[in-house]
Amino acid sequence: MSKDGMFGAKGSGDTSGFGGLVNATTVIGSTQRPFGGYFDQVADDLERAYPLFSDAIEKVVVDRGELTLFIKRDRLFDVAKILRDQLKFEMCVGVSGAHYPDENDRELHAVYSLLSITRNQRIRLEVCVSEKDSHVPSLVEVWAGTNWHERETYDMFGIIFDNHPGLTRILMPDDWPGHPQRKDYPLGGIEIEYKGATIPAPSQRRSYK
Amino acid sequence: MGLVVGLEEKLPSGFLLTTVEKLAGYMRKNSLWPATFGLACCAIEMMAAGAGRYDLARFGMEVFRASPRQADLMIVAGRVSNKMAPVVRKIYDQMAAPKWTIAMGACASSGGMFNNYAIVQGVDHIIPVDIYLPGCPPRPEMLMDAILKLHEQIGNEKLGPNREKIIKEVEAAALAAKPTHQLKGLLA
Amino acid sequence: MTTFTDPYASSQETTEGRVYSVTGGDWDSLVTEIGATKEERVVLNMGPQHPSTHGVLRLILELEGETVTETRCGIGYLHTGIEKNTEFRNWTQGVTFVTRMDYLSPIFNETAYCLGVEKLLGITNDVTERATVIRVMMMEFNRISSHMVALGTGALELGALSPMIFAFREREKVLDVFEMISGLRMNMAYVRPGGVAQDLPQGALAKIRETVKELRHNFKDNEKLLIGNSIWIKRTQGIGYLDLAGCTTLGITGPVLRSTGLAWDLRKAQPYCGYEDYQFDIPTTDTCDVYGRFLIRMQELEQSLRIIEQCVTKLEKLEGQPVMVADKKIAWPSQLSIGADGMGNSLNHIREIMGESMEALIHHFKLVTEGFRVPAGQVYTSIESPRGELGVHLVSDGGTRPYRVHFRDPSFNNLQSTAVMCEGGQIADVIAAVASIDPVMGGVDR
Repeated sequence: MSKDGMFGAKGSGDTSGFGGLVNATTVIGSTQRPFGGYFDQVADDLERAYPLFSDAIEKVVVDRGELTLFIKRDRLFDVAKILRDQLKFEMCVGVSGAHYPDENDRELHAVYSLLSITRNQRIRLEVCVSEKDSHVPSLVEVWAGTNWHERETYDMFGIIFDNHPGLTRILMPDDWPGHPQRKDYPLGGIEIEYKGATIPAPSQRRSYK
Repeated sequence: MGLVVGLEEKLPSGFLLTTVEKLAGYMRKNSLWPATFGLACCAIEMMAAGAGRYDLARFGMEVFRASPRQADLMIVAGRVSNKMAPVVRKIYDQMAAPKWTIAMGACASSGGMFNNYAIVQGVDHIIPVDIYLPGCPPRPEMLMDAILKLHEQIGNEKLGPNREKIIKEVEAAALAAKPTHQLKGLLA
Repeated sequence: MTTFTDPYASSQETTEGRVYSVTGGDWDSLVTEIGATKEERVVLNMGPQHPSTHGVLRLILELEGETVTETRCGIGYLHTGIEKNTEFRNWTQGVTFVTRMDYLSPIFNETAYCLGVEKLLGITNDVTERATVIRVMMMEFNRISSHMVALGTGALELGALSPMIFAFREREKVLDVFEMISGLRMNMAYVRPGGVAQDLPQGALAKIRETVKELRHNFKDNEKLLIGNSIWIKRTQGIGYLDLAGCTTLGITGPVLRSTGLAWDLRKAQPYCGYEDYQFDIPTTDTCDVYGRFLIRMQELEQSLRIIEQCVTKLEKLEGQPVMVADKKIAWPSQLSIGADGMGNSLNHIREIMGESMEALIHHFKLVTEGFRVPAGQVYTSIESPRGELGVHLVSDGGTRPYRVHFRDPSFNNLQSTAVMCEGGQIADVIAAVASIDPVMGGVDR
């Protein structure tokens, strides 16, 4: 029979009690019509131009004044072409990656930010793939500027872009193992040395989220 | 310049006495040519040090040689990433002796605020450093102070067998030295 | 180079044939060896350390004589992992990391990041007007100092040495203003989520007015040297051609896009920080070449001075307003002042938190140790930096630390156009084209 009470240091020496905190993370859900602003017009135009629209869209999120369309990866190329040609989103401003290890089978997200200069509109496309099968069609044929962005997303997250003209590492050395910006890749710092003591690297320190 | 005390007053005017070491040191320190090795933010402060207000030309150093073969001083200005590290070493090897290094800024001295997978934690992991200059970025005046301290060091360098003796002593001391985190008892 | 084994340079068989690396050795023996194979292709590596490549940029050029047939950029030599580092710091500490990305325009990095954080927090309209006007003024000063480096180093790379000295002389005046207001010349971490770190000191407005007058007078030095200069014109007109179609498909913004004739500037098209209340023009040219971009940068200097003058008039009317958002659970708590031992918390602030207000003490403690919490969601904010559209994609999971910070740096996109601009031209034009793109490798590699 153990005589542990509520207090006292166990294991890490942390007596504050905050070490056992579990934070619930909120996930933003799908938004219903009407979206507001120019988002309705964009959604209507897309539906008109792409008849299989409702099949390709997984989720539409309008949050903080921005529209995000979650697209299925096999429809991404068609939707992108239609957005460029019919809806006049001439510029793909950037491709970003994100890693959500908690979402099983949808861990890696590729986020495309699009800008329409003629209509002064911005939207975002998001594609979710699993770590085990992280292939996404490349949009280099639609917007040439995504070339380096896709290389960077591959380098940092391991999302493989099919039909990319030259998918190699761009920021890390060419033979670097692993994908640094994934959540399970360590930050990799060293201990900080002082006279008489060391302090652990920033990622190893005790912290309270 | 060094003097042999008293002797110079007895000689006819126009003579100065010194040693070969001091003469060589004087020549070397007043004509250091830096190699352009600006990497990041510190490079901009290095350029500002070479520009009009903080003028490096008064020390004879405004010619930043592009080719490392013609340079004596490598001012590593900025963060050295793991991809850049072999290039730093190659450039250092291409410089002809005698050569000196200043690690300018916190990132070159110790990795700075970037304690992570991508940055070499101090350029002295790759090349030998003579002067470490802290700051993020160090002001041009701090860079000039570091250069002047380096000038003093160069002016006092020994030659020949004296130099070899000093090198051996320094190496032995470094091999026998305790690492910093074991130097206890110095704080309190 | 093939007569002894050099660890850095030996010839090797590759899929492309025999490759010779030249880092010294006998020129005659090299020529006879290459001549034996009748191969005309020369791959020139303008390596990461080069005086003319604007930082650690590696240009791999395939040459036929003096003409460039193929260009590739090797980047990543300054990759610092800043984006991953911010995931281990709280939201306010992220500012100090983010400011070192594009190191010639630190205020822009900070402002883009803070605008994103404020959008996630929902306090974009609660940021005080005085803080917003100070942000605009610092951004325009930063635009001037960044363009000065661009012009100075661009001219230096093409062989003009005096413009560099003039440009850095003007830049020093701007850096004096920065030092007076924020304490540091570069990488200031001055713009914080919710406002700015501290208010303008006494006498700042007078100094700014004086600096604006001096700058306006001294910009003429560079203008007189370069604008009508026939050597400059011969080296920059018609070089580095990139038209509107090329710019839009490559995602290029900033002076390069404006040199095609399109007046696209985020300050006018999608205004932020109250830019809709300022009067200024967007300079454009339609020659799509290096000379056009150079003229745009020179004209943007004058427009920035106009905006700064309008900021000063506004700041005089807003005297006494706070520079941080009113919500004490987000606002950075400390008031800084210069004491006997340097800059630190002002004694009034210490007296307040230790003696008078328990809430102030708690807020100060929690904000400095833990930081504020940002509700979950993702946001993309963009501002017009001197090089183009600087965008920030922020993802929050509801905690005190960013979940993902991605910067869409303008130089990353702009640099992709080197191949289009340089292929078919001469090697010397490569330098001019890269100088006109004005890449800052800290932003490219992050």
